[in-house]
Amino acid sequence: MTVIEVRGLLRSYRTRTGIRRRTSKTVEAVRGVDFSVERGELFGLLGPNGAGKTTTIKMLITLLLPTAGSARVLGYDVVEEPRQVRRRVGYVFGGERGLYERLSARDNLRYFAELYGVPPREQGARIGELVELVGLTGRERERVEGYSRGMRQRLHIARGLLHRPDVLFLDEPSIGIDPVGARELRGTVAGLVQQGTTVLLTTHYMFEADELCDRIAVIAGGKIVATGTPEELKSRVGEGSVVEVEVFGDAEPVRQRAGALPGVRSAVAEDRGQAQVLVVRSEPGAEVTQAVLGCLDGVPTGRVSTRSPTLEDAYVELVGRA
Amino acid sequence: MRTARVFAVAWVMHLKMLSRSAFDGVLGVLWPLFFATIAFLMYGAGGDDAALLYAAVGASVMGIWSSVSTAASSAVQRERWAGTLELLVAAPVRLPVVLLPITTAMATVGLYSLVATLLWGRFLFGIDIRIEHPWLFALAVLATVLSIGMVGFLMSVTVVRYRSAWALGTAFEEPVWLVCGFLVPVAILPGWVEPVSWLLAPTWGVRAIREAALGGSPLPDVALCLGVGIGYAAIGFYFADKVLTSARRHATLSLS
Repeated sequence: MTVIEVRGLLRSYRTRTGIRRRTSKTVEAVRGVDFSVERGELFGLLGPNGAGKTTTIKMLITLLLPTAGSARVLGYDVVEEPRQVRRRVGYVFGGERGLYERLSARDNLRYFAELYGVPPREQGARIGELVELVGLTGRERERVEGYSRGMRQRLHIARGLLHRPDVLFLDEPSIGIDPVGARELRGTVAGLVQQGTTVLLTTHYMFEADELCDRIAVIAGGKIVATGTPEELKSRVGEGSVVEVEVFGDAEPVRQRAGALPGVRSAVAEDRGQAQVLVVRSEPGAEVTQAVLGCLDGVPTGRVSTRSPTLEDAYVELVGRA
Repeated sequence: MRTARVFAVAWVMHLKMLSRSAFDGVLGVLWPLFFATIAFLMYGAGGDDAALLYAAVGASVMGIWSSVSTAASSAVQRERWAGTLELLVAAPVRLPVVLLPITTAMATVGLYSLVATLLWGRFLFGIDIRIEHPWLFALAVLATVLSIGMVGFLMSVTVVRYRSAWALGTAFEEPVWLVCGFLVPVAILPGWVEPVSWLLAPTWGVRAIREAALGGSPLPDVALCLGVGIGYAAIGFYFADKVLTSARRHATLSLS
């Protein structure tokens, strides 16, 4: 059963500049997006900052009206039937905002439980269950203003789950959480999906998307540039290999020379600490390592390695092409 | 029933939040005392106890009005800055049910100003505070608090759509003191002011409280105060959905 159905969704914003001579500009944040999510699926929406991920989610949870196109969540139209949508979906976003600082975690949850229609008799047990699930037991009576970023994020998740939503929208939920917390979060999300919750997740962390998502849509410049399982997206980069060369100094001339080599699909330079890393993706069957090393032309180099393509490689290539 | 529960829980939560800011707390304690001092110094020279009680009631309603007018509209803006406004809108309850407890909680905090003003007048200025009809006085105070909460609600609905509308509350603060006759009778103001004052719930509220305190008949004023307040609430309810649709169209829920 299709739980989220998005057809030709478009959202534009008007921005104004100037005081005396005001000029307005229309910015298209989402430009005709189509995708669907099935019941019990964990669907990832990946894309760079400003790609339109959050705008898409906000249209689906009825916080924004689409400029054109349509979207249905659990069969309800997000424009015509917003209250039916709101009753059945949960929304969690990353960062420190979205909580009442002067209230305790328990009071925050109590307030939202009431707003989301959790029956009064169930509220106490449900709040206790969620506090335990997100690991805040013993701290739930403290004011949120004293919470760490990770604790706040866990409280956000508890809030989003209060009314047992059928569909959960997670907008960069692991941003700013330490590795242990992020791993626990991934475990929680995987558990929810096992219990039948449909999840739409946006994230910048490729390993997170690779580990969790059944299917992924890559969005860039407001358009979906690819959809598929993590394996399908990786295979788009081909069966070829990836050569990584640590370069100290200006990597740009090397990147240009490497990019022009026969058998090379793409070459990008990434900053990693003191060095830059030249990432060269090759065509299937092509052996380019020696040729790439030949392009270095005296530039100081560090470690050289060869590996299989990852989801990140696929993502970089898909977004780079868009 | 469910709406009443949501309202009650939200009202308690917002009262909790308001009571936990030391800065707001100190201002909240001192501000009504300034109003009271000005009023007592203005009216004290005549030595007329009835006039001083008149001033005390006016000063106390000034406190209730000020805590709502400036705070109610900025409260929604604070929700926007804190990122909670979107979550309130994303909840499946109607927007007025979420906003009304916020402004009513602020009006309730304003009740302190009434008590503080009367005690300040009694113990610092030696005014004989004698309330002729205590129960009617309590009823009039309750009606005034509720109605002023409704005015705040109407303002807060506007702020959901227009981010700068929070400044309206501050802009209305002092003119209402004058137009509603908190400190000086409306009768001594230009003639066109009186019809304007009839449209403002605090006018009837302060009259009702004064009538109850001085031994008159406050019920007609209580009824008018509540009637005008309910009128504001009805306008707010009517426009809330339209305002929300406009906010969703213009993407003003999350911008600060």
